[in-house]
Parts: sequence; structure tokens; C-alpha cells
Amino acid sequence: MFPRLVYESFRRQTRRKLLAGIAITLGVAVATSMIAVATDIGDKINRELRTYGANLVVTPQEDTLDVEIGGINLKPPSDGAFLNEADLPRIRGTFWHHNIVGFSPMLPVVVKVSKADGASGDNARSDNTQDVTLLGTYFNKTLTFGKEDFTTGVRITHPWWKVEAKQGSCGDGAQPRPGRVEDSPANVTTTSSSDLKETSNCGWPNDNSQDVLLGERLAAKLGKHPGDNIGVNGHPLTISGILSTGSAEDDQIVAPLALAQQILGKPGAVRRVYVSALTKPPDALSARDPKTMTPEVYDRWYCSPYVESIAYQLQEAIPHSHAEQIRQVAQNEGTVLSRIKGLMLLVTLAALFASALAVSAAMATAIFERRVEIGLMKALGAGNVVVSAVFFAEALLLALIGGIAGFTAGSLLARQIGRSIFNSQISIQPVLFPIIIAIAVFVTFAGSAAAIRRAVKFDPVFALRGEA
Amino acid sequence: MSTAPAGAPSKLGLGGGVSRPFRTTATEVAERRAHSRHTSMFMRMLIRAAMLRRGRAASALLAMIVAAAVATAMMNLYVDVQAKLRTEFRNYGANVVVVAKSGGENAARPSLPAGAVSNIESVLGSKAQAVPFAYAVARTRDGQSVVVVGTDLRRAQQLNRWWKVTPYFDVRLIPPDKNWIPPHSALVGVRAASVVTPGRQPFELTFEGQTITLEPGGILQTGAAEDSRIYLDQSEFQIWTGVTPTTIEVAVNGSPEEIQQGMKQLAAALPNADVRPVRQIMEGEANVLNKTRATLYASATLVVLTSALCVLATLIGWVFDRRRDFAIMKALGASERLINTFFAAEAAALGVVGALFGFCIGIGVAAWIGRANFHAPVVPRFAVFPYVLAGSVAVALISAVLPIGLLRHVQPAIILRGE
Repeated sequence: MFPRLVYESFRRQTRRKLLAGIAITLGVAVATSMIAVATDIGDKINRELRTYGANLVVTPQEDTLDVEIGGINLKPPSDGAFLNEADLPRIRGTFWHHNIVGFSPMLPVVVKVSKADGASGDNARSDNTQDVTLLGTYFNKTLTFGKEDFTTGVRITHPWWKVEAKQGSCGDGAQPRPGRVEDSPANVTTTSSSDLKETSNCGWPNDNSQDVLLGERLAAKLGKHPGDNIGVNGHPLTISGILSTGSAEDDQIVAPLALAQQILGKPGAVRRVYVSALTKPPDALSARDPKTMTPEVYDRWYCSPYVESIAYQLQEAIPHSHAEQIRQVAQNEGTVLSRIKGLMLLVTLAALFASALAVSAAMATAIFERRVEIGLMKALGAGNVVVSAVFFAEALLLALIGGIAGFTAGSLLARQIGRSIFNSQISIQPVLFPIIIAIAVFVTFAGSAAAIRRAVKFDPVFALRGEA
Repeated sequence: MSTAPAGAPSKLGLGGGVSRPFRTTATEVAERRAHSRHTSMFMRMLIRAAMLRRGRAASALLAMIVAAAVATAMMNLYVDVQAKLRTEFRNYGANVVVVAKSGGENAARPSLPAGAVSNIESVLGSKAQAVPFAYAVARTRDGQSVVVVGTDLRRAQQLNRWWKVTPYFDVRLIPPDKNWIPPHSALVGVRAASVVTPGRQPFELTFEGQTITLEPGGILQTGAAEDSRIYLDQSEFQIWTGVTPTTIEVAVNGSPEEIQQGMKQLAAALPNADVRPVRQIMEGEANVLNKTRATLYASATLVVLTSALCVLATLIGWVFDRRRDFAIMKALGASERLINTFFAAEAAALGVVGALFGFCIGIGVAAWIGRANFHAPVVPRFAVFPYVLAGSVAVALISAVLPIGLLRHVQPAIILRGE
């Protein structure tokens, strides 16, 4: 009899059940998508914060002081120590290599630039030259570590660098956004670089070429344009594009690393490496000195992606190096991240509250409408427990169906939000499913409980006479 | 049901004379009712309807209040959080640099005019923070080159909050209006310190034949170029080297348009200087802020929609529940228009009351979220109120009219018979 009561109730009161079911589905959908977005927002914003550039720098251990004002290096070029370029792919072998979004080696060299055209640069007079810093780096270089190929360079670590190419060489002239950080660092360039290669790199030089980028202020000073030649130490080089960064590089020449090493006469030399890594906001553990830790604490510290522990691991990976966090970037991202996460958490709470209320309201209304039915059951001799059991069973069924439908809809919604806002998937943890269903059942029960209690207490005589 | 409270004002026609202290005859009551205005009956029905089914009316009102509160809080947050986050982003430091133009009359050593900093602050007002920097390359006693920077140390530290400074003395002893670095001492970058003053001893620096003896006042660590430099107080630096500031770093607070506007004003005020945006900071900020805003927008929309749905469900139930009232009114000869007006007025009243209470609560919730997350309350935006009010009334009207439309074609007799 009991299952039949429940079954018939669903069969005969399709409209009411549908209304309550829709309310539960919508409430659960909103709750699911908000929880999914809130749990994933930290990771998403962390990746967006990488547009601020590298948060770690690796320098040689025995380095001399930098003597540099406004991007002009006054240190003798051969002075000081260097890192070995061949060691760099080992960065991909560190414990947290999945968190390392990209890295760029830098090698500044002071060169003489002839003010005249590159063609006549060979016989330029000495007063017609000017000292300029030439910065060697990776633009978008493919390296191999173990069996894995990966791509790295300034286009990933310095996404605010913009290159103006020769007119017509870059499609409709629109700059594709470089440095778009995809889900996995391994395929950082799957979309952007393949698009770019088709459009001849949009002014970015090839890493194996002898082409250079000219800083925009230097270009204005020298009157050069993309496609022109520039005489560097007497050798004509092709300018593939004009670089705009808003900082020191605007007065420099930026060239492939191999070219800078060739000019300096030190193959394999790298002055410093900028590393862009996804990190965890600092807390009490991160600030401690690893030398004073007990082995367990040390393990925990080593296996947390703090900027300090990643720096420590970089130092281990690259011989004779010193890794340091760039505090301007590293220290601030923690605050921004925790603010945004906190905000989303509170908004999610509001969303959960609103959807819980919507579900309870719908349930209360649905039960209140059925006083006559309750009256009839009671008049036929049903006890309060049986009547409540029937209604709770119906609520459970509704919650399960609505919960499953809502979870599916909410996952799709979260995915849509992720794709339209962050251009990447929002992953939904499978563990969320039982939690969501449990919440849905609980909220539905809580919403029904008060209404059921009131309905059960009602005198069947009044209910049947319609005097409720 | 004699639920009318004792002493209720009779001019509203509420008490109907039942609980008045003196006795009245039925004719007197009838006479008074005949002479009172028609609106009193209308009001009476409205108020009695709310009083009689207190439970249902209260739950409908509660739903309305909660929805309005949530909507208000979300709208307030959406507007205010961007300003709050922008303040957070200013911790990244300067977003505009003013650099002396090279060339001109003093090509060898370009410099900014003397009053440039105060000029910048008067142009941009309180929303900007400007710090001057002057650079020179000095030599240590053993001939090492080192970059020395003259600046306002207190301001530089306020602008660049990521600077990790380890003072060699108790900072609390320095009065707040004084520069915290005592005279003849310098803030030494961590890498410079290992070269210049490994044992914290006083050190000598020479610039163009002028020698100065400095004491290390603290160690500066940033992980960037600052680590190889030595920072001095501007006036001391200028007396020693004669070099005036060439760079002013400015942190301008505001939206991208406000910053653009500020940069234009600066360029006009300082014709001998280049005003440049720090693209790294500006673009990072714009990017993160846009994503956050979009997420917040999506969430706020979802939350507001859910709460509107909640109100809709509750109110439809409430109105549907009262189909007997509807039937009786119809049976007594009320026109359809009157019935519609009646239910609409009831819903509108509910919407207005709900919006009022909900708005107040929502402001409080937004302020609390602001305090909990940003440590600064969200400023109440009263401009949001009209939207909340209109939304509440609209939702209430929809949920009142929808069931009436369904019931219109039903014979009152069927409803009254309880079928």
C-alpha cells in the first residue's frame, strides 16, 4: 500500500510534482555550479595572475652586483658568472614542474649600433655608433626534457610584451593574445603557437633565426621600422618587429639567445632565468627556514607549491644557482588570490542559502495544498507517522530526481561559465556529487518538515469540510 | 474571528465597532458603513486578508524580504568590489612612471623640475602616490661600481609594500614624521650588502671625487634590481652627488579611464617629461579584474534569479491557496477588474514592504561581506534601491496575476464546493 500511495501521488499530481521538481532542480543546479566555480576559482585566478609575469628569478650563485639604471647595463659584459643554458630543461624535472608555467633565460650584451642603414653599417664611422643593450632570450622555444617536448619563452612569461609587425604580415593586424595559459603547461602553445605559425609569427622572431626585435623608443630614435636592417657590431640583422613593453626593453634590442651568446662569444651562457610558477599563498609554514625543520615538516614544506619551496627546488635543479622570489609579483598574488577566493566563497554561501530557501518554499507550498488528502488518510485511520512517512518518501524521491538533474545542469552551467570567462574547463570533482545529493535531500526534508508537521496536526474534520 | 485588536482606529473601519467600549446597534453600524468611503472596504479586505492567514502571509513576506536582501547585497557587492579590488591591486606598486626626457638643454644629465612631485600630487589629488628616484653610480673603496638611489624612503616603502626591510635598529623609536632611516645611514640591498658591508660596518662611497661615509640602517630584499642597490634619503643624496630625481613612480588609483585621464593631465603639467604606463601592472590588473567581475556577474545573476524563483513559488502558492476568497468575491458580484486590482494591490504592497526590509538587510549583508573579506565595509549604494523595488513589485505582480489568470474561467461554485 505504501509504495502504491507514493506512486499514485506522482502519477496523478504530475503538475504539482513537476513544479516542486523544477524548483529542486534549479536550486541544485545553482548550488552545484556555484560550488564548482568557487572551488576552482583559486586555480583560475592563479593562472590569470601569471599575466603579471615571472615570480621567480634564478641567478648564478657567485654573481657580481648588477650595475643597471633604467635598463642600461653599465657592468662589463664578461664580468660575473653565468648559468649554463644546457641545465635549463632540468626545470621541467623538478617536483613541481606541473606548476611551472614557463621560463625565459636572459643574457644582456652591450653592442654598438650604427645609426646608418645596416647595409652601410660595415664601414660606418665610429662617431656614428651608439651603445645599446641587446637582450638575448627565448621567444617561443621548444625544448626537450626526457621524452617530453615543451615550449617556453617570453611569450609565456612576459604576456604584456607586444610586437608590431610589418603591415600585412599579420593577417588583419589583430594581435593574437600570446601567453594564454592553458590548462596544462605541457600544451601551453597548442592553440596559440600553431595559430601564430600560420601567420608568420606576427613579427616575433624565430628562435633559431638572426632576426631581432627593436624596442619602440630605440626604434623611434633610430627611425627604424619592421623589415629594416640594423647594424649590430657591424653585422646587419633584420628587424622582424617593434617591441613595446612599457619598461626597460623599450630602449633595447631583443634577440634570440643563441645570437646574443654568439655576439658575446660565450656559447651556452645565460645571465638569469625568469620563472613563472603557480604558487600557493604564503602561510606560517612557508616562511620557515627549511634548515630548521624536522623531516616531516620539511617533507610537507617541500611538497607544497610555496614560492619558497619552488625556489629551493629550482636551486637544486640548476647547479651553482641562486633562486629568489620576485617579491613584487610573488607577495601580492597571495593577497589578491585570497581576497577573490573569499569573495566567491561568501557569494557561494549566499547562492546556497537562496537555493535552499527556494527548495523549501516550493516543498512547503506543495504540501500545504494537500491538506484534504491528509485529512482523508487520517479519517481512514492512518497515524501521524504513516502520513509523515508518505510525504517524506515523496520528498526523498523528488530530491533524488531533482538532485541528479540539477547536478547535471549545474555541471554544464559551470563548464559554460569556465569556458566563457576563463577560456578553460572548470573541473567538477566527482566527490561533489554525493555531497550535492545529500544537501538536496537535507534541504528538501528541512523544507517539508515544518509543512508536514502542521498538516499532520490539522484536524481532519476541518480539512475535509474545506475550512482550512 | 474577532482578531481585530482592541482600540484599533475606527476611522480605518477596521474594528467595525465590535470591540468599542460603548454598545452600538446594528443599524448604527450599517449607517456608518454606508457613509464611509468605498476605499475603506478595499483596505479592510487587504489588511484582513493579511491578518487572517498570518502564517501564509508571513512566509510570503519572508521570501520577498530574503530575495530583496540577497539581490541588494549582490548588486552592492558587484558595484563596490571592483573599487575594493583596485585598491588591492595598488599593492603591486606604481602603474605610471614619469621619466625626464633625454635630450633638450641638458642632454648629458636629464632631470625633472624641482617641484615635480608636488606638481603631480596637486594634479592628481589624493588618489595618487608619487615617489621620486634619483640614480648615480658610485664606487666603493675597492673600486666596485654600485648603483646608489636617492629617494623618500618612507614613501618608497609605502608605495612598494613588497619590499622586505630588515632594520638594524628598532623602527618604533623613530618618530612617525621623521624618515625612519637616521642621518648618514642607508638601506642596503641584500646583494649589495654582501659586497659593501658584509659585517654591518660603516662603508665609504665615492661619486665624482666626493666621498661619503654611510652606516647600514637596514637590509632591503625584493628579488629584483633593488637587491643590488643602495638607497639613501633624497636630500642627503643630493648634497653628496648633486643629482636630482630623474624618475617619479606614481600609483594612480581608479578605473582604466581615470588612469588614462590622469596620465593626460600629467603629460600636460610636465612638458619636459615622458609619462608612461607600466604595462606589466596595468594589463595584469585589467585581466584579473575583468575575470573576477565576469565571474561575480554570473554568480550574482544566478543568485538573484534563484531568489526571484523562490518568491514566485511562494507567492503563487499563497494566491492559489486563496481561490475560495476569489470565488466568494466573484459570487457576491465583484467584477473581474476589481478582483484583479485587489490581488494586484495586495501583491504590490507585499513587494514594497519586502523590498524596504530586504534592502536594509541586504545593505547590512554587503557591508558585512566587505568587512569580512576586504576589511573595509562596502559603501551602501542607494541607487540600487529603485531596481530592487521595481524587481520585487514586478515579481510579486507576476506571481499574483498568473494564478488569477488560471482561475478566471473556473466557475466560483466549483471552487466553493471544494472541487
